[in-house]
Amino acid sequence: MKDAKVIELEEVAIRFSGDSGDGMQLTGTLFSDTSALLGNDISTFPDYPSEIRAPQGTVGGVSGFQVQLGKKKITTPGDLAHVLVAMNPAALKANAAFLNPGASIIFDVDSFSEKNFEKAQYKTFDAFAELKLEDFIQIPVPITSMTKESLKDLELDNKSVLRCKNMFALGLICWMFDRPLDYIEGFIQKKFGKKPVIAEANLKVLHDGYNYGMNIQQATPQYIVHPAPIEKGLYRNINGNNATAWGFIAAAEKAGLELFIGSYPITPATDVLQALAERKDLGVKSFQAEDEIAGICTTIGAAFAGHLAVTSTSGPGFALKSEALGLSVMAELPIVVVNVQRGGPSTGLPTKTEQSDLLQTLYGRNGESPLVVIAASTPSDCFYYAYLSAKIALERMVPVVLLTDGFLGNGSEPWRVPTMDELPPITPRKATNPELFKPYLRDPETLAREWAVPGMEGYEHRIGGLEKNAAGAVSHDPENHHINTEIRAAKVEKVADMIPELEVVGESEGDLLVVGWGGTYGHMISSVRAMQDAGKKVSLAHFNYIKPLPKNTAEVFSKFKKIVVCELNLGQFASYLRDKVPGLHYYQVNKMKGLPFSVHELVENFEKILEA
Amino acid sequence: MTKFNYTAKDFKSAAEVRWCPGCGDYAIMNAVQKTMADMDIAHKDFAVISGIGCSSRFPYYMSTYGFHTIHGRAAAIASGVKSANPALTVWVITGDGDSLAIGGNHFIHLVRRNIDLNLILFNNKIYGLTKGQYSPTTDRGFITKTSPFGTIEDAFVPGQLVLGSRGTFFARALDSNVKHTQEVLADAAQHKGTSVVEVLQNCVIFNDGIHDYVADPKFRAERQLFLKKGQPMIFGEQEDKGLILENGHLKVVKIGENGITRNDILVHHPEEDNLGLQVALINMALPEFPVAMGVVRSVEAPVYDQEMKKQIETVQSKRRVSCMDELLQSGNTWTVDGENCSEPVKFFDNKCFEK
Repeated sequence: MKDAKVIELEEVAIRFSGDSGDGMQLTGTLFSDTSALLGNDISTFPDYPSEIRAPQGTVGGVSGFQVQLGKKKITTPGDLAHVLVAMNPAALKANAAFLNPGASIIFDVDSFSEKNFEKAQYKTFDAFAELKLEDFIQIPVPITSMTKESLKDLELDNKSVLRCKNMFALGLICWMFDRPLDYIEGFIQKKFGKKPVIAEANLKVLHDGYNYGMNIQQATPQYIVHPAPIEKGLYRNINGNNATAWGFIAAAEKAGLELFIGSYPITPATDVLQALAERKDLGVKSFQAEDEIAGICTTIGAAFAGHLAVTSTSGPGFALKSEALGLSVMAELPIVVVNVQRGGPSTGLPTKTEQSDLLQTLYGRNGESPLVVIAASTPSDCFYYAYLSAKIALERMVPVVLLTDGFLGNGSEPWRVPTMDELPPITPRKATNPELFKPYLRDPETLAREWAVPGMEGYEHRIGGLEKNAAGAVSHDPENHHINTEIRAAKVEKVADMIPELEVVGESEGDLLVVGWGGTYGHMISSVRAMQDAGKKVSLAHFNYIKPLPKNTAEVFSKFKKIVVCELNLGQFASYLRDKVPGLHYYQVNKMKGLPFSVHELVENFEKILEA
Repeated sequence: MTKFNYTAKDFKSAAEVRWCPGCGDYAIMNAVQKTMADMDIAHKDFAVISGIGCSSRFPYYMSTYGFHTIHGRAAAIASGVKSANPALTVWVITGDGDSLAIGGNHFIHLVRRNIDLNLILFNNKIYGLTKGQYSPTTDRGFITKTSPFGTIEDAFVPGQLVLGSRGTFFARALDSNVKHTQEVLADAAQHKGTSVVEVLQNCVIFNDGIHDYVADPKFRAERQLFLKKGQPMIFGEQEDKGLILENGHLKVVKIGENGITRNDILVHHPEEDNLGLQVALINMALPEFPVAMGVVRSVEAPVYDQEMKKQIETVQSKRRVSCMDELLQSGNTWTVDGENCSEPVKFFDNKCFEK
């Protein structure tokens, strides 16, 4: 049957785009999950406005979801899309700059009306010419009218009918990419189980969209993307925020502790709280606090009471947590704070990604207030870095900040799920001898104090934000404060003993070392591989451990002629490296657009630096 | 016969108490220590959490578990402690600045959630630790270092705030009346839910005598009305004055005059959900009314920490996922086992560090 133009691609990026009420996030997610189930490797990138329902039809209200699928390991959601689904003129306008040359554009021709051109502020009524997209493959589909036609026999109000439009588009795309519909059908039946009419409507429109694709195949280029060869095992699709939440549950189970999260909703970190609130079956205690400050304070209280205690937030909330974070440094309690970074300063770009909280995390507190800083680098490795953050906090009695970002938090990828016995043990520093216990008596190796919690007999003691001596008494003694300040810093540095050395992707010496950290990993590795394929002596050093740095950092850096630090801020990690690994020249690539790097722009920059 | 036979002394720490001589805090601490000893609960199960301010040094002087936290946040930190371990007996020590200014938000939400904590609000109507600035309970027009021409704002009435936040327990006591404070604290300790006890406390240095007009023992019977559950609200040297409701308002009447008898006097029911009357009692002020002392309100309501525990138990009783491995393998998963697939590598073998 399928004898239309079949285009075989190694990898293909598809972008779904419409009004923020059009259901594009759901459409994209269902398509991604279907593809992952088929064995494609995928990487997704939701890109949505901060208003839940911005004015309909305007460019500001456009919500998008991009997924890249492929035969090979996919490390990014793709710079530019091969296929765009545009539900209205505004969606076309907002995405015109993110299309591969010659990409296919499927658009709802019914919505390309004069009224909608005006709302999207076009100057003419010829959108494709105005946006210089005439050479692209235009596939006009009467999505709205076909949906209405499809549902005319069901007694549904107009609003409910229009809500099914996204299923028409999804059915069509599934046909184009040869995806079976069974997973999506199952989802619809489950979601609308209590509203059989709505379920029926969605299923009907989904099938009609699929059949429409088949019927018009003469005009539609079809894509086939083969499954990717990957590690054997059990897989699931997971986004970064869920992976983070699950990493903490795993850590609590391994440590034999109960898990507590005190938190306050904030975009794009809310899903971490939600994912944990859902897991009462595993005993997770979730406390939705009255504000960001209470989020961390309840967390500190739960750590004082002996739980693995975590809190989640984003930049503005992290700022509000600063003073309490200082208390956890002083009281030396094991808490983990997740900062799912977004564009700043102030409210900034709530739904967009950025890496601009690094210096806030390292230094944004009063006094000498050192803590451990770790950054995850892919949606699924958020699980492992959350786990590790908890391990470090519990074994070293130190607060840990885990940095992720909006790109990782909302982005998803297939993940080979580990079993619990693959994970290293966690041994909290619970006090064992009341005769010898003193609140600030330390392990000579790690400098970690012991953890004695209310309810343990014979360990009754007082801690607090005031400087203390080893016995736990308030002390204003000058020598004591000087020594304790040094000890708190040294304790954090000692964590370097439990983290791996910095690994280099590529040769361990060469012309250019590309340095990145955190959520940019996918784009960084893709661009470095592209350079290596072109015969360039370029390697990648990507950091997950920010404070302390891996012990061999300076040694790794010394083997390269040039070093470039790439980050989604004005150069915060570069400044930090200039301080911690001085004497080297650090080139910088920086981007502050609320978007991930594109592989293309990175490669271009690296080439320039190599020539310089 | 008690289990532990504690005395107040068992709750004193070795730390030197550093409040100013004559400070009202000493008396309150004695009352707390006595109350704790009488509660007959294991010493290890007490946790005392404070914020910042003179009164917040309190935990250091107690031999229990203690946490001297940061300004305004004691209520939030204690909420975490109690939610994590509902078996603990948690006391929050705070002041008018700590709880009603910088920590106002945590205070009202603690009360709203009804977490089973005992909160003692030391109200001296002044900032003592920073040496004499006005607080949210300082009366309008009062001259302090930051209001040299008098304040131009009205004061919070702590009890109003508690009841407005759907509080289930509010009581008032006076630092110098140790016996009565102790009775009130015992009632607070018994209460299931957040119990707020406002103690009118004297700051000898920066606000000396602020409560004298109320507190003066010579006029105690005339100026203070000691509320007792199920008893008529009677006061006065001769026990000849009482409260009645007239046109919806409280009114002081004299028994024996205008045909008023003891039977006409309002009977105190702190256990009844009668917000209007209870707020009216809280609002009573000299000279028209005596100041209400004792337990104004003590009603039953769901307790947050218990509800949290119960909800987890309910969900767990019919759970499908009972451990992390099961969670990881639940839902939409698929198996990859093709010819061109490689063997799995453990993440921490690949990337890590000590085993």
